[in-house]
Amino acid sequence: MKMPEADKETLARRSQIIRDLEAIIGPERANDLTTGTVISDPVSLKAYECDGLSAYRQLPMVVVLPNSTAQVSKVLSYCHENQVKVVARGSGTSLSGGALPLEDAVMMGLGKLNQILDIDYDNRCVVTQPGVSNLAISEAVAGEDFYYAPDPSSQIVCSIGGNVAENSGGVHCLKYGLTTNNVLGVEMVLMDGEVIRLGGKHLDSEGYDLLGVITGSEGLLGVITEVTVRILRKPTVARAVLLGFSELEAAGDCVASIIGAGIIPGGMEMMDKPAIHATEEFVHAGYPMEAEALLIVELDGPQVEVNYLIGRVEEIAKGLGADYMRISENEEERERFWAGRKAAFPAVGRISPDYYCMDGTIPRSRLPDVISRMKELSKEYGLEVANVFHAGDGNLHPLILYDANAPGELDKAEELGAEILKLCVEVGGVLTGEHGVGVEKRDLMGTMFSETDLQHQQRVKCSFDPDSLLNPGKVFPTLHRCAELGRVHVHGGQTRFPDIPRF
Amino acid sequence: MSETVFQPASADELGDIVRQAMEPSRPLHIQGGATKAGWGNAMPGGDTLDIRGFTGVELYEPEELVLTAKAGTPLSEIQQLLENSHQHLAFEPPDYRTLFGTEAQDQTLGGIMACNMAGPKRIQFGAARDHFLGFEAVSGRGEVFQAGGRVVKNVTGFDLSKLMAGSFGTLAVMTSLSVKVLPRPEKTRTLLISGLDEEQAVQALTKTLKSPQEVNAAAHLPKDQAGRSSVGYVAEAGQAITAIRIQGPGPSVLDRLEILKNLLRAFGELEELHFHNSNTMWQEIGNVASLLPDLDKAIWKLSVPPASGPCVCARLKVLPGAELYLDWGGGLIWLAVEPGDDARAGEIREVVARSGGHATLLRATDDIKRRIPVFQPPSDALVKLSESLKANFDPSGILNPGRMRMIEG
Repeated sequence: MKMPEADKETLARRSQIIRDLEAIIGPERANDLTTGTVISDPVSLKAYECDGLSAYRQLPMVVVLPNSTAQVSKVLSYCHENQVKVVARGSGTSLSGGALPLEDAVMMGLGKLNQILDIDYDNRCVVTQPGVSNLAISEAVAGEDFYYAPDPSSQIVCSIGGNVAENSGGVHCLKYGLTTNNVLGVEMVLMDGEVIRLGGKHLDSEGYDLLGVITGSEGLLGVITEVTVRILRKPTVARAVLLGFSELEAAGDCVASIIGAGIIPGGMEMMDKPAIHATEEFVHAGYPMEAEALLIVELDGPQVEVNYLIGRVEEIAKGLGADYMRISENEEERERFWAGRKAAFPAVGRISPDYYCMDGTIPRSRLPDVISRMKELSKEYGLEVANVFHAGDGNLHPLILYDANAPGELDKAEELGAEILKLCVEVGGVLTGEHGVGVEKRDLMGTMFSETDLQHQQRVKCSFDPDSLLNPGKVFPTLHRCAELGRVHVHGGQTRFPDIPRF
Repeated sequence: MSETVFQPASADELGDIVRQAMEPSRPLHIQGGATKAGWGNAMPGGDTLDIRGFTGVELYEPEELVLTAKAGTPLSEIQQLLENSHQHLAFEPPDYRTLFGTEAQDQTLGGIMACNMAGPKRIQFGAARDHFLGFEAVSGRGEVFQAGGRVVKNVTGFDLSKLMAGSFGTLAVMTSLSVKVLPRPEKTRTLLISGLDEEQAVQALTKTLKSPQEVNAAAHLPKDQAGRSSVGYVAEAGQAITAIRIQGPGPSVLDRLEILKNLLRAFGELEELHFHNSNTMWQEIGNVASLLPDLDKAIWKLSVPPASGPCVCARLKVLPGAELYLDWGGGLIWLAVEPGDDARAGEIREVVARSGGHATLLRATDDIKRRIPVFQPPSDALVKLSESLKANFDPSGILNPGRMRMIEG
């Protein structure tokens, strides 16, 4: 993975930059959570060297942990004036390297902005600082039976600011939407230090939908310092059905028939045989070991509705020849059904020294085709693949099993991963359903987008951060200078820039 | 220079037209059915770019919940197709044709998304933006580009679909769009409470919206507005009407209806509307014109925090000729006022600023719209960002120039 070359001049100024940041934020005071912090010693910096994509590591030049919007603004303004790059970081759970540090960049951790500011039940929203964890929002409103719907699997630790940056999903997003459908407003700081507010407690803001644009922009457009999210009343009840099929096609048909019958389940997950075996041996959730595909269909909502829909799902599954069917009769049983799925990643981690998690989305009807082509690829590369799948929305998580200690195996796993993602795009899908592009899928963007498509995306970047100081080297495979992107080519035709750095 | 109407049928043709308009710079008025041409700031004269040459559904996969259609496809055609598979556009796009006096034309899919339409169901299912998966377009640079995809879960690259939704054709000319579609609910019931004032009404609505009964529409019509409904019971009540809608599978709707009735008993007598009457009333609420029919009045759309709705209403009712009603649980106020010189923009925007939110002047004469910006004037930093986006996507300023002008003058 090639990252932009570090700027030698910036590196030469490192001690001055640290002193300046300390002057802005105040020096580090151990264990004092009320002040901002600047971290510059190599041992402490080590904690920030990677995010959830741990194959890539890099010590940041320096870490700042501001404790207020004002400090964020001052730091960014300083970095803007001095042309120093900045990488923002929430809890560091990105699976695509979105918070991978750069050697010549200030890493800005938002963890000290960790307060929930306002819980407003009458307007059904919560205003929070960005460092608050996803789950903490749900917990804060659980007493009144409310919750925040998007639930990425890292929800115990991942920060809401990071969720906005990555437009995080989760198992419930077919019914309840991604982060972008659940965020009402943000306060954010632009690279030049300017503080802006987008949206609020109201629903519609006219003017360009900048809130929609910054959601999922992977830290390239600004630093989020406050988020207003929509909260929902908890469904009265949730019940799950466990379905086993002897053929993948039948499981796929079952998903299609459920949706075709007008039912949008709260969650609908599929696992293939290798994933079923790995998890069953790990958590003993009671999954049918002989099944080629397992479906968990969860219905949530008012009691009468859930019971009625469970009956219809049962009928559909029977009609499609489900060999195994169990309906949860209580909360404990429902949680047991989920225990396997939720432990899928660690379960695979148990049977293989390392695994690499992919995140493509495909039109669901292409699943049997994609799975069989994946089997061929798996053979060709000599690496096992287990599949877990957000079946309702077509978001596929192939887990590639490999051993990082075996020479060349990581490279092979990455190559196989890239082949799988290209396959997803080829059948009409996309590179990433919820994990983001980051550095991981950056160089594959060209399989989905033309150079012109990418240039139009980068022009948004140019409006927010014309000097490309925020999180450079992420998302876009080619670094265009904004001045060049701004040029007008009236007479059409492809204009190429041979001198543009590619990495 | 005489006005030309272009109607290209391919992206290449469209690209040529846009490039020719760049030098010398000549405005292009982008339109589909032109049913909402009155929405937005007045524009300088120019040529018309009619996108209805791009028509037809390209892909519809009900079980994938996805539809792709060319931008000029009539909305009615799409709705018919979806209905055949018991699906719909869940953001319930309203129909402003009567409001703008453009009943003769069809709305198009491109127009619906470019104006980011949303009906009463906004409170549960979001606006057009929330159902917009991807698109192909020609930018103001005359370049064909695409963004997003055809699957419902996608975070690959910047979400330019959001940028297009609500951009009123000022950044790019969309030629094809992919949208998320959802199952049509099987059964519908609307509960009515009569005789409440705005404050009591929003209390009742809030109570139901905070319940787990999945209320998907919540509105309040003062006496005069209720009196204009074509639904007999609503019009003949002779009182204000507060309305709450639930939808879903039959047994679920009937059960939740009983629960909601118990919840609302303290607010007064309750009535029910069934399928047909319920649909009629919610269409009237979404489409505005029949409830605020005075053609001489200026029409405002105010988006505020729902709980602030009654307070905002109380302050606005004193304006000359003011008539209003609330949707979105109190978060959307439709206001008609005597236009005067400036459609009362100063007072209205000041009131909305106090609660937080946006005030959009939906209908007024061109004279008034030349004097005041139609959209809520944002902060200087947002104006700068918006202008920069416009310049990046449309450097010659030829696509619907001025239509989204943010600032005075």
